[in-house]
Amino acid sequence: MRDVRKAFDTRVVLDGIDLDVKAGEKVALIGPSGSGKTTILRMAIGLTRPDRGTIEIAGRYLWHEMRNGRLEPAGERNARLARRPVGMVFQQFNLFPHMTALENVREPIVQVLKLSRAEADERAVELLRQVGLSEHRGKRPGQLSGGQQQRVAIARSLGLRPKVMLFDEVTSALDPELVGEVLLVLRELAHATDMAMLLVTHEINFAADIADRVLMFDAGKIIEDGPPSQVIRDPQMPRTKQFLRAVNER
Amino acid sequence: MSGFSWDWAFAWSVLPALLEGLSVTVQATAAGSLIALPFGLLWCILRLADIPVLSFVVRFMVEFLRGTPFLVQLYFIFYVLPKYGIIFSPLATGIFALGVYSSARAAEFYRAALEAIPAGQWEASLTLGLPIGKVWTRIILPQMWPIVAPMLGNLVIAMFKDTAVLSTITVLEVVARAKDAGFQTFRYLEPLTIAGILFWIVSYSAARFLRRLEDRHAR
Repeated sequence: MRDVRKAFDTRVVLDGIDLDVKAGEKVALIGPSGSGKTTILRMAIGLTRPDRGTIEIAGRYLWHEMRNGRLEPAGERNARLARRPVGMVFQQFNLFPHMTALENVREPIVQVLKLSRAEADERAVELLRQVGLSEHRGKRPGQLSGGQQQRVAIARSLGLRPKVMLFDEVTSALDPELVGEVLLVLRELAHATDMAMLLVTHEINFAADIADRVLMFDAGKIIEDGPPSQVIRDPQMPRTKQFLRAVNER
Repeated sequence: MSGFSWDWAFAWSVLPALLEGLSVTVQATAAGSLIALPFGLLWCILRLADIPVLSFVVRFMVEFLRGTPFLVQLYFIFYVLPKYGIIFSPLATGIFALGVYSSARAAEFYRAALEAIPAGQWEASLTLGLPIGKVWTRIILPQMWPIVAPMLGNLVIAMFKDTAVLSTITVLEVVARAKDAGFQTFRYLEPLTIAGILFWIVSYSAARFLRRLEDRHAR
């Protein structure tokens, strides 16, 4: 991401962000509400279009394309292709309520990757097994707990084998006792895959544990950027110290 | 003053004609629904699609159809269009007018159902890269249907009653038959009463039937 800026009305949400994420890197985004963390994620998959700046994913620009060696604005069709290697998991799960867990996971595999029903079924079953939900594959989201729904949502995104996964406060809507099962899945995922992962989270200890790199956001800017041993254990900025103290006092 | 007392013999004598009229009424409702329900959905989608000129035209048309009396629309099609060489039978004209008018109302119901679907469903579909056609057929419409079905059911019942207006363009539905019977004998009490009762029986049973369907679905 280069010089990305976004304002809603007159409120500047992101103020000229530059961010590079390497393949396979696990990045935690922390900071107070409204500091722009979620907006960055939404931009990385093209749900929100920046006012200014460029976003490049695996060699393709999200809202621009190269024409005659020049970078020109491009539309939704280009964005569709560009976001293909990116997956996203939402705070509110956003499962399809009229489909079973298995159908939720299978749907994009069939519709996007155009795999045969049998192959898609096989992959979906395997993914549900990975997130520990094999026995629940025939249930609708309404019959599952929040933690189980979120694990289905993770499996659904994984079905497309993304190179980058975005997790937007995926445990914030869960009952406290269900947070652990989702974090466990995320932790296994972080260790087992070479996907890049960007996680917006308020689970600071979890972030410190799995992230290669932590970004501290404040007022639309990245104010601190480094490994967890630095940003979380030994922050330099007063704002970061203050934020971490407040979070730890909860 | 025989005009003010109920005459059973006369009532029985007009009943067959009225029942024939009722069958025309039901046909007009059914055929009108076949226009209104799919086109209402089409208007709703086109309005939302943000296609430069088309979406604006559809939006205007829906507002116009909703904001003018059905009777005026019906007269316009029946009396004005033939001047330009567009001629249908009264029944076809009535069905077309009723269908078009009701499609605008249906479009509003579809829109209400659509707005009831959380933005997250669209966002999830988009981030998964589902093709837009599939998003509609696989994700959005299946969720809209249970919301919109009762509203559409009520619309069809409203259309059934609106067919009475078609009597003004010589469609021989229930009300027209009742008027004819009254005109020939100067007794309006029996035919109009029976016409009202026939309307009520059908729309009340339909409403009951709808409610039962809803209850079954809610379970």
